[in-house]
Amino acid sequence: MRKNHFDLRAQPGFGLITLFTFFALYLPIAALVVYAFNASESLSVWGGFSTRWFVSAWNNDAVQDASIRSIVIALWASTLATLTATMAALATTRTRPYRGLTFKYALINQPLMVPEIVTAVALLIVFSRIKVWTGYSGLGYLVLAHTAFCIPFAYLPIRARLEGMDLTLERAAADLYATPWQTFRRVTLPLLRPGIIAGFMLSFVISLDDVVITEFVKSGGQDTLPTYMLGQLRRETTPEINAIATVFLALSVVLVMIFFFINRKRE
Amino acid sequence: MSGAQKAARAAESRDIRNRWLLSAPALLIVIVAAVGPLFVMLLYSFMVKGDYGDVKFGQFSLDGWSSVLFQRDIFDDTLGLADAHLAIIWRSIKLSFLTTLFTAILGFPTAYFIATRPAKTREIWVFLVTIPFWTNLLIRTFAMQQVIRNEGLLNNALVWLGIIDSPLQIMYTDTANLLGMTYVYLPLMVLPLYASIEKLDFRLVEAGYDLYANRLQVLRRIVLPLVSPGIVAGSILVFIPSLGAYVIPRVLGGGKNMMLGNLIELQFGAGRNWPLGAAISITLMALVMIALLIYVRNAARSGAGHA
Repeated sequence: MRKNHFDLRAQPGFGLITLFTFFALYLPIAALVVYAFNASESLSVWGGFSTRWFVSAWNNDAVQDASIRSIVIALWASTLATLTATMAALATTRTRPYRGLTFKYALINQPLMVPEIVTAVALLIVFSRIKVWTGYSGLGYLVLAHTAFCIPFAYLPIRARLEGMDLTLERAAADLYATPWQTFRRVTLPLLRPGIIAGFMLSFVISLDDVVITEFVKSGGQDTLPTYMLGQLRRETTPEINAIATVFLALSVVLVMIFFFINRKRE
Repeated sequence: MSGAQKAARAAESRDIRNRWLLSAPALLIVIVAAVGPLFVMLLYSFMVKGDYGDVKFGQFSLDGWSSVLFQRDIFDDTLGLADAHLAIIWRSIKLSFLTTLFTAILGFPTAYFIATRPAKTREIWVFLVTIPFWTNLLIRTFAMQQVIRNEGLLNNALVWLGIIDSPLQIMYTDTANLLGMTYVYLPLMVLPLYASIEKLDFRLVEAGYDLYANRLQVLRRIVLPLVSPGIVAGSILVFIPSLGAYVIPRVLGGGKNMMLGNLIELQFGAGRNWPLGAAISITLMALVMIALLIYVRNAARSGAGHA
């Protein structure tokens, strides 16, 4: 290449702005993580390296409870969402358009269109009345609410996968006298697996991250990790919150990386 | 109709029935725990407010809706504009526009820069944008709080550099809201912009240079018009969650700088005015729908333009 080659794509200053963008994106997160290892109680004065806040977070009963509750809800919600979304995806792909198909798309994707706070208060209205009527105030409401907003996140990758699969292999299986169930079990499902895994992981992360809907739907003593953290932010915080956030962050990054590599392998 | 046709038709209607059964659980869950409650809320917005929250079931009134914009004077019982609500609605719209603008100013050059890297490094850059995108919103808001606090990183750095003498009060201002939203929603602008710039045909740019355009002209007359669908998509993706923001203004803005989301919460909490809260929620939803409609119309038009 010639040295004074004219670069068509270059625009002056864009590299600098990009640098600033990434600096701005990562600096706050980096600061959060660094101060999680602060030995002092302060969030601004560095008192040396220590893992004491991780230990204190680990031994904090409220944090333990909230973490377990978060994981239980996320497992239930993402399992239910993935199961129902897989069925819905099978029902809405690889067919000629039929009456009600657009209606199904609109309904399934509806939770993506409405601001979370609006869904949250609408659920508060309905569930608070049902709680009075039935006397039941367990985790079921949170699982149901999470499942509903996880469904579109599970549905989209599964549907995308299905649309890329033609019916040839399934027809071949049927020609070889496989029953519809055998065909599904031995041909469709294995081909669909990457989509299902992606959908499950997406909805798991989405459920784990949720603050707003959980905050409005939960009954007393049903804090999840995010709502616990939100409650703590109201008062003076110690690096313990940073420690919790750091672990949470690490978990999300690991899940995203797994997700990223599954998707890359597919291509 | 022949027997074969009849059989084919019967098979088809059986297929469609099975497809409804198969999608029923997902549809049911969404109806029960997402769409249905919205209709209940619409109903609630037309009821008389209860004394301790909730509503007086079956008693209808338009008070909820009228108090979105108007308030009754306690002394002479005349209707006046509800200034506090108008201020909050205006703040929400203003801050959402500014957030969209700021994310675009930072996001466009970033997306452009990433899209013009070699394929190998490009993937890493995109991955680096995706990580903050998937990081919990609350954690990112909290991280921002630690940066802009009075004893935070930003103020400490500015004092240390000698630019200011005493810390700037950024927390609990509109600036804090704006910084927080720009920070949190920036990846939502970069990703769709990147997707459209990546598809840009640089032969058109080359043609522009051949015709003696300078860099700025190429950017304004060739690149920007061609990637405008990406700009619109990114703007919608940023504008809509900004309008409904709840966590960011709650943590960074504090009680004096509420946005629509916090006003809604207030009505269901201390305000004990559920019909008003329901009416504001539906107003917010309507604003979002308008934004979406503008986007769909725009997308349809630009799609038609390419055909």
